[in-house]
Amino acid sequence: MTQPVLSVRNLRVEFPTRRARLVAIDDVSFDILPGEVLGMVGESGAGKSVTGTAIVGLIEPPGRIAGGEIFLSGVRIDNLDPPAMRRIRGKRIGMVFQDPLTSLDPLYRIGEQLTETIATHSDLRGAALRERAIALLSEVGIPAPAHRFDNYPHQFSGGMRQRVVLALALAADPELVIADEPTTALDVSVQAQIIELMKRLARRHRAAILLITHDMGVIAEAADRVAVMYAGRIVEIGPVRDVVSAPLHPYTRGLMGSIPKLDGGLDRLVQIPGSMPRLTAIPPGCPFHPRCPRVFAPCPMHRPELRPHAKAQVACWLYHPAPSAQSEKPATLAGPP
Amino acid sequence: MTVAPAAPLVRAENLGRIFDVSSPWLTRVLEGLPRQVVVAVADMSFEIARKETLALVGESGSGKSTVAKMVVGLVPPTTGEVFIDAMPMHGRRRGAERRRLRRRIQMVFQDPYASLNPRWRALDIVAEPIRAFQLAASRPETAARVGELLRLVGLDPADGGKYPHQFSGGQRQRIAIARALASEPAFVVCDEPTSALDVSVQAQILNLMRDLQDRFGLTYLFISHNLAVVRHMAHRIGVMYLGRLVEIAAADALFRAPRHPYTRMLLDAVPDLEMSGRQRKPVEGEVPDPVDPPKGCSFHPRCPFADDRCKTERPALVAWNAAGPVACHAVEEGRI
Repeated sequence: MTQPVLSVRNLRVEFPTRRARLVAIDDVSFDILPGEVLGMVGESGAGKSVTGTAIVGLIEPPGRIAGGEIFLSGVRIDNLDPPAMRRIRGKRIGMVFQDPLTSLDPLYRIGEQLTETIATHSDLRGAALRERAIALLSEVGIPAPAHRFDNYPHQFSGGMRQRVVLALALAADPELVIADEPTTALDVSVQAQIIELMKRLARRHRAAILLITHDMGVIAEAADRVAVMYAGRIVEIGPVRDVVSAPLHPYTRGLMGSIPKLDGGLDRLVQIPGSMPRLTAIPPGCPFHPRCPRVFAPCPMHRPELRPHAKAQVACWLYHPAPSAQSEKPATLAGPP
Repeated sequence: MTVAPAAPLVRAENLGRIFDVSSPWLTRVLEGLPRQVVVAVADMSFEIARKETLALVGESGSGKSTVAKMVVGLVPPTTGEVFIDAMPMHGRRRGAERRRLRRRIQMVFQDPYASLNPRWRALDIVAEPIRAFQLAASRPETAARVGELLRLVGLDPADGGKYPHQFSGGQRQRIAIARALASEPAFVVCDEPTSALDVSVQAQILNLMRDLQDRFGLTYLFISHNLAVVRHMAHRIGVMYLGRLVEIAAADALFRAPRHPYTRMLLDAVPDLEMSGRQRKPVEGEVPDPVDPPKGCSFHPRCPFADDRCKTERPALVAWNAAGPVACHAVEEGRI
């Protein structure tokens, strides 16, 4: 069996505040294989970005990883000291964020930033270094890379800047790339280009990609598997095709139904009542139960674990024998809610 | 052209807006720089019938928000005019007439964090149009009306005493909608009303806007970059590129048979949720710099059908057949 590039086990992230200890990530586990794109989808506050931040060890204190383990190619990384973690970031884990201007220094030429990154993580120097940087720019689709090498970030358009950021993330040939909303700030035509590019690069470099986004369309286009997050937990994880076309968890179903579709016509959209709970008031049991159309006896009491069902894994009592209320389990499991 | 059965509520005629983006005068003189202008919007003509939703879609820099601002009177047009019920929006009028017109037009903005005064309570925000247009005779009547409006948009009137920061993004957009409805408008301009919201909240707001349209017979101008959202909201759709309409058609027709190459490209670029496995045409290039737009048809550098005529002559927005107007030489010549 192939060893996963990234293994997250029972991750828990807490942010202590004066009033309470907020649990942003609660018992999250997943793997990503080499060359695989795992999409992580959820609405604001679901904990998707915190997951990415925890993996690269950049949780702002007093926030901290309060439990669980993170393995990069089999080696535990969540307990490394800051200098050791710094050597991993950029070299073994590349990062791409929503706004390319937060990753690029406006005062330095693109080429300088790229060569600096490559030099930090390799022995290349001089002409070979420059050559490698130009090759990277060309690989991410920057036209006339030798000429653009000496341009500043403001001379690039939004889509071109995100390409440069991709080049930076790939500079050290990382095993894992964490892309947090990489296409959200881009126009739809440019977004399509960046998605294509990311897919191609993942395949060619055999890098694993954690693609964090709120946009199910981007996930459907780019990811192999998808993890759906709600209130700091993964409620469903499985192959994209299965989760998108036959979602299991009532939250995933609601989410899919609320997305406007191109062939939808003037129909009403499916609505999930209410809104995501605040971290200060996550309901007991299944965190989705107050909004769930199919809530029944065990939901407010017992928290469902993520367990296999069909090709996916789902955390919902509809699919697993509930601890005390088995008789109340509805007869129909599948079918639209 | 025959006379339409009912006069449209909104009519824009040759609407255009130029922004001066030159460097300051002294810099220009010292460095010998020319004046620079951006043609944000040019030659925009459209009509919106009563109870109809017209959507304008386009990517950043296409000028759709500038059109919205001109239609509500927040930005004066450089050329052209907007008529609401045949009354000119920007022409010189006396105060009372202007107020009457303004009351009938409202706007919902993209960012509910920026469009609500953080120091006002929700009920004061919603009451302001009622006070400004003197639509209620007394304080209790105003309060009753505010309560009614908050209920209408799905908020608890008891929460009216809260400040905007105590509401979620979706709830804030509901307050913004309640405020827009407070003056009993006929026409509401919505500029990306759900772009800042999560998708499940977006569904709630879009459904609410549809319900309100049915209930009050509202006419919407709906601005969005999201084609799928537009599909759920609009009866007719205008596609904008670099400040100009390139195609305008009934929503069904536009999605079934897009004609302008740019419309085709946009539809092709939308991520495919159905995962039909359709082969997508790779999208070429990006929107050019509006300060220096391409000559001829501004889409020609990205267009797979462009020929020499496209590079020199700007196509006019003309209805070449029954499907509606398209600004494209290739469509006119029957090449595509």
